[in-house]
Amino acid sequence: MLECLKREGVDIIFGLPGGAVLPIYDALYDFEGLRHILVRQEAAAGHAAEGYARATGKVGVCLVTSGPACTNLVTALQDAMMDSIPIVAFTGQVPTHLIGNDAFQEADNVGITRSATKHNFLVKDGKDLGPIIREAFHIAVTGRPGPVHVDLPKDILVKEAELIWPEKVVMRSYNPNYDGHPGQIKRAAKAMLRAKRPVLYVGGGVISSNANVELRELAELTQIPVTTTLMGMGAFPSEHPLSLEMLGMHGTYYANFAVHNSDVLVAVGARFDDRVTGRVDAFAPGAEIIHIDIDPSSISKNLKVDVPIVGDCRRVLRGLIDAVKQEKEEAGALEARRAWHAQIAEWKKAQPLRYEWSDDVIKPQYVIQEISNLTRGNAMIVTGVGQHQMWAAQYYKFTQPRAWFTSGGLGTMGYGLPTAMGVQAAHPGKQVINIDGDGSFQMNSQEMATCFAEHLPVKTVIINNAGHGMVRQWQRIIYKERYCAIDLPQIPDWVKLAEAYGCVGLRVTKPAEVVPAIEKMLSTPAPVILDVIVDKDECVFPMVPAGGANTDMILAPPSRETREKAEKSQTGF
Amino acid sequence: MSANGAEPRKHTISVLVENKFGVLSRVAGLFSARGYNIESLSVGETLDPSVSRMTIVVSGDEFVIEQVTKQLHKLIDVIKVNDLTDDSHVERELVLIRVNAEPQHRAEILRTADIFRARVVDVTPVSFVLETTGDEGKIEALIELLRPIGIQEVVRTGKIAISRGPKSRVKRAPEARRPRVSDDPRVVGFAD
Repeated sequence: MLECLKREGVDIIFGLPGGAVLPIYDALYDFEGLRHILVRQEAAAGHAAEGYARATGKVGVCLVTSGPACTNLVTALQDAMMDSIPIVAFTGQVPTHLIGNDAFQEADNVGITRSATKHNFLVKDGKDLGPIIREAFHIAVTGRPGPVHVDLPKDILVKEAELIWPEKVVMRSYNPNYDGHPGQIKRAAKAMLRAKRPVLYVGGGVISSNANVELRELAELTQIPVTTTLMGMGAFPSEHPLSLEMLGMHGTYYANFAVHNSDVLVAVGARFDDRVTGRVDAFAPGAEIIHIDIDPSSISKNLKVDVPIVGDCRRVLRGLIDAVKQEKEEAGALEARRAWHAQIAEWKKAQPLRYEWSDDVIKPQYVIQEISNLTRGNAMIVTGVGQHQMWAAQYYKFTQPRAWFTSGGLGTMGYGLPTAMGVQAAHPGKQVINIDGDGSFQMNSQEMATCFAEHLPVKTVIINNAGHGMVRQWQRIIYKERYCAIDLPQIPDWVKLAEAYGCVGLRVTKPAEVVPAIEKMLSTPAPVILDVIVDKDECVFPMVPAGGANTDMILAPPSRETREKAEKSQTGF
Repeated sequence: MSANGAEPRKHTISVLVENKFGVLSRVAGLFSARGYNIESLSVGETLDPSVSRMTIVVSGDEFVIEQVTKQLHKLIDVIKVNDLTDDSHVERELVLIRVNAEPQHRAEILRTADIFRARVVDVTPVSFVLETTGDEGKIEALIELLRPIGIQEVVRTGKIAISRGPKSRVKRAPEARRPRVSDDPRVVGFAD
């Protein structure tokens, strides 16, 4: 089995041993060429594999035992499913003759992971192991990438079996389509050139297909402004003149207004998620929609699409560039587009991302800005889930793809630290910074031990607002300040905890201390926790209340008037 | 949403799948996870023993059916998805009905069965079991006629369907990959 992994090009496994997988760990004892990173909880193995996969574009691998280990792993699998991250997860299983007997540490692993994976396998015969591993890696990384789970009964691992290794994977039931339909590409190119107010809406598909160069070329060629989803951050440089930055619930004013007023919207590797569209019937109401996606089932799922193109983003964008070059620009369109750029510039000027400065308390946005400045946008940024995640997406200036790691679809709190470990393991020489919240970080803080033991110098900045800030924000704006179950008293003492784990702990409470502390953190060669005590009343703006139209965004702390507006458009959490 | 296609109606979807462990639960799980309702589902082997055919009846508007077919196609073990509804096809369902058969009704039941070309496959002093095949309309009609007499139990197989044209034909399986049941010396008699 380890030989199979090696043949697939695996160099790192994230795992945690247990009874059912002991034969593998026994083989690992003197197996050359595979690094095993021992995590402290199984979900962390999954997230670390995700971080590795997103950083490298290769398949991330994790290995855990049966029963509770597999159920712990499910969150990471579903996370990878929602964000289309290629990982292969191996779990142990009780011996085949005991399956179904409620044996010790038994769970119906494949039954449990079925809906949380792209595909899963139960190996029932040793001779199938090679072909199954081959197929698992093939399925994970081709088409729309995703997690694949392989369940390994213990007796299969013990019994000697001949290694069968098919050179090529041929599956009659799985043949993803990579090349977009040339006719559709031509139609799309014509629509883009005809457009007076076009917008490119770009998602994680551009990152996973490595299409950022093509995207930039197309945007510059056609002078179409680009907005990215949370998953697409880094696909287009934040500071490019054509960049509108993020759209959606916490997107910029100008991105949401540009999309709303567009006449042609080109969605590339994005899936019209509800956090992006807000109320669907009010999303880009006047636009002809072109949708490029590798997954046919994404097309016309949430929104009726006018020009669907099923294919790999990179290849389709390349085709679009060629098609655009061949077609002639329609007279007047370029003129109209100049007016469009002027309009966008006006929106940018009128409503930039902003917050109120304070000399006394640290504003969380300021911390992100300084991290961005001090790393020149070149660090690998990982986040947890919550307010800090949105601030990071808004205020960090992204320069490159595969340098932004966040749980977009599933919104998994606790994602930050274990994912950062995976990124750091993939890129030992790079600066990996986990921007986390005090609530989110606590869900996987035990992994500090892994960082210490495995020499993974991950830097964690805790945006500490003593509570579940995003929930507090919703309760403040939508639930009439009826705060419930959101306070996290300032425990544990993160500095002491960091030290207890053998890491370095720092704390700042005043704005003037922020820059020196970040500098110190960045120059420390060990794992660091930087605890930043921030203004707990700060909210993420702009904000579109769930179920509202993107143009109904709230731009400032709630007055009575905005609260009434929010109540009107709210249809649910 | 356009006016045509917005009306929910029944669709018969024929799905070729790899005959592998867990494939039925993948398909069933898809429907439950996405909130679609299966009206009936039947599974059987095709000429190629490594391929099974599922015939699924699902009700929904065009939008739902498009998603159902796309999501089915997305499953790794699904080879082919074919919505037969608007193509020329033949549908059949088999039903077994155990009906009260008091002396005063026995003749009537037999007459009705005869009209519907149903067969009596079990008789007791107080009940008949009828067997018939047909499309949904025929089976519904038979049940409605027998209902006043007193139906004890109805068992239906769910719909199976086959297209009339050459569409969706599976590659011919290699000869004699598997012995036929009737060749098995242990099998003594065959009803049909």
